[in-house]
Amino acid sequence: MYRYDKYDQAMVDARVAEFRDQARRRLEGKMTEDQFKPLRLQNGLYLQLHAYMLRVAVPYGTLNAQQMHMLADIADKYDRGYGHFTTRQNIQYNWIKLEDTADILADLAKVEMHAIQTSGNCIRNISSDQYAGAAADELIDPRPYAELLRQWSSFHPEFLALPRKFKICVIASETDRAAMKLHDIGIRIVKNDAGEIGAAFYVGGGMGRTPMIAPLIREFVPLDQLITYAEACLRVYNRYGRRDNKFKARIKILVHELGKEEYARQVEEEFAHLLTQDIEPPLAELERIKEYFADPAFEAGASDEIDLSDPDFALWVKNNCHAHKQPGYITATISLKPVGGIPGDASAAQMHLMAELGKEYSFDEMRVTHAQNIVLPHVKKADLYTLWQKLDEAGLGAANLDSIEDIIACPGLDYCSLANARSIPVAQKISERFAGNGKTETLGELKLKISGCINACGHHHAGHIGILGVDKKGLENYQLLLGGCEGEDTSLGKITGPGFTEDGIVDAVDKAADVYLAQRQEGERFLDTYRRIGMDPFKEAIYG
Amino acid sequence: MADPLAAGPDAVQFRFRDDEPVDHPAVTVDSFLNQSNASAVRIEPGDDARELVPHLEHIRLVEINFPSFTDGRGYSSARILREAGYTGELRAVGDVLVDQLGHMRRCGFDSFEPDHQMNEDDAKAALRTWPEVYQAAADTRAPIWKLRHKEGSHG
Repeated sequence: MYRYDKYDQAMVDARVAEFRDQARRRLEGKMTEDQFKPLRLQNGLYLQLHAYMLRVAVPYGTLNAQQMHMLADIADKYDRGYGHFTTRQNIQYNWIKLEDTADILADLAKVEMHAIQTSGNCIRNISSDQYAGAAADELIDPRPYAELLRQWSSFHPEFLALPRKFKICVIASETDRAAMKLHDIGIRIVKNDAGEIGAAFYVGGGMGRTPMIAPLIREFVPLDQLITYAEACLRVYNRYGRRDNKFKARIKILVHELGKEEYARQVEEEFAHLLTQDIEPPLAELERIKEYFADPAFEAGASDEIDLSDPDFALWVKNNCHAHKQPGYITATISLKPVGGIPGDASAAQMHLMAELGKEYSFDEMRVTHAQNIVLPHVKKADLYTLWQKLDEAGLGAANLDSIEDIIACPGLDYCSLANARSIPVAQKISERFAGNGKTETLGELKLKISGCINACGHHHAGHIGILGVDKKGLENYQLLLGGCEGEDTSLGKITGPGFTEDGIVDAVDKAADVYLAQRQEGERFLDTYRRIGMDPFKEAIYG
Repeated sequence: MADPLAAGPDAVQFRFRDDEPVDHPAVTVDSFLNQSNASAVRIEPGDDARELVPHLEHIRLVEINFPSFTDGRGYSSARILREAGYTGELRAVGDVLVDQLGHMRRCGFDSFEPDHQMNEDDAKAALRTWPEVYQAAADTRAPIWKLRHKEGSHG
């Protein structure tokens, strides 16, 4: 994985000193809260209902054991002994004091981490495929391109006061595991007919209150023009993006209103101009970064045999492991979705354990997934049973990846000042219901996502089943959506009809699941059945 | 160059140039384009800086107004003018705060007329914040990628 050189370290250290001074000026009353707010947001510090929340960047979701140990130490020292892994492949702490924040950032800098641009109206932490560098189906490891973009976007002087937040995702396989088209810019690394590697740009996707799937703006950007093209995309957005209404300020609205052809035309015009400005890092810089992402020292000829005689282990292998490009190796996902738990939460003790296991069994590397789980990307198949036993003993062995228990949920009204309804208790009740009635395994892949308000941090639009919490005359109310998908066949869910109470939504999900079980044909997932039979049979069962 | 951080009581608090300031008020972009005998123009957030590009040789001062420091359109306007070869004064006016100074300098601003005077020590510190920079912009600082590769070494 990437390691800082003296320049990267100096920049992060400078950022800590800058924030320490800004916090001092705020605490001494030399700055108003309105003036301080964008500064603290761009250091990941967000004011929630009860306290400050600090969101720490995990660039493209990749981290090592030393970093995970530090995240655990921060949870113990400055928070309440746990952290929450997020849909942006980051981690956030919910009970932080402003006075402690500069010290936390300094601790992070010691292990080459930061909270830079994890919030605010700027280019956010770059996300990527959680199986990058390991997946059997990828063209190339997308993370060097993400790292190049990370450095370009960090403290970019022109783009620190954008109309709204700006999220970039880079993937390099046909299968989309990172909801790429639901980002402001989604980049797929591709090979053209001439066999050259380049980048396809999808611009103007997003969730929020107006969900949109990003259209393809350019099929192929040569690698030695990647940064220049991204800069052109951002400049057109910064010039025209609306400031009068924050709900219309995301780039998806601009691309939609201009039309993708006109937006693309203006980007081309700006791109042609910027190509004359010598702003592109040389390919040698990309090569320098790529060296850090070289394959670990895999053991040649490692066995592909896995003893599946323990049925619990066999189930975990079936559900939580993914094919690796290297013979004898496999990618394993640790579910942070125990039945009745808080999706994405991990205690300091669990983080320490995951760090130890990542170091021992996965070449000192882990990934945070946008589904709020932790991946050990490079596990030798011969070690898999031992690894699973250690996870299972620590309550981290849930074999429920991509099942109805593997729920994405935002913090909701338990923490968030924007929320209209709680998300966590709904997630807990649903996982308890389906673990209790034994349907989880029969249902197979069923992605359920919950947001506590229309800002859609819980990705409800992209859930095979989505749940949206709303405020109905002062009471929490939940709408049900069906048919969303974040994958390569991206689609947005549709609302079934009138909303439900907290218990009512659990019953409605159960009924929707039963419609699928009754109607499914051979090999169909919930989503496939929904797409074939449509909304009506579900509505009939739920409201009839 | 005179020490810009020790500038006089003028409304322009910091000026990083030695030439004589323009002594007449700036006109709007529309009036400039209609009767281009003025040499000072003021860009508002909704204006398109590219409209000035054919006339840059007549312009000695461009003011870019920031009615609110959270509206970042002026950063692009500044860079666009510098990229087009504008060498006259580029002044940030309005809700200009100390923590934006360094970024504004990078986008090509070389004078500052904030609504509220800044603390000069804070301003000096803000301009010294960054030991290096990650990207090319409208200033002369060499980006880190250039430093890394200038001698073919990895730095």
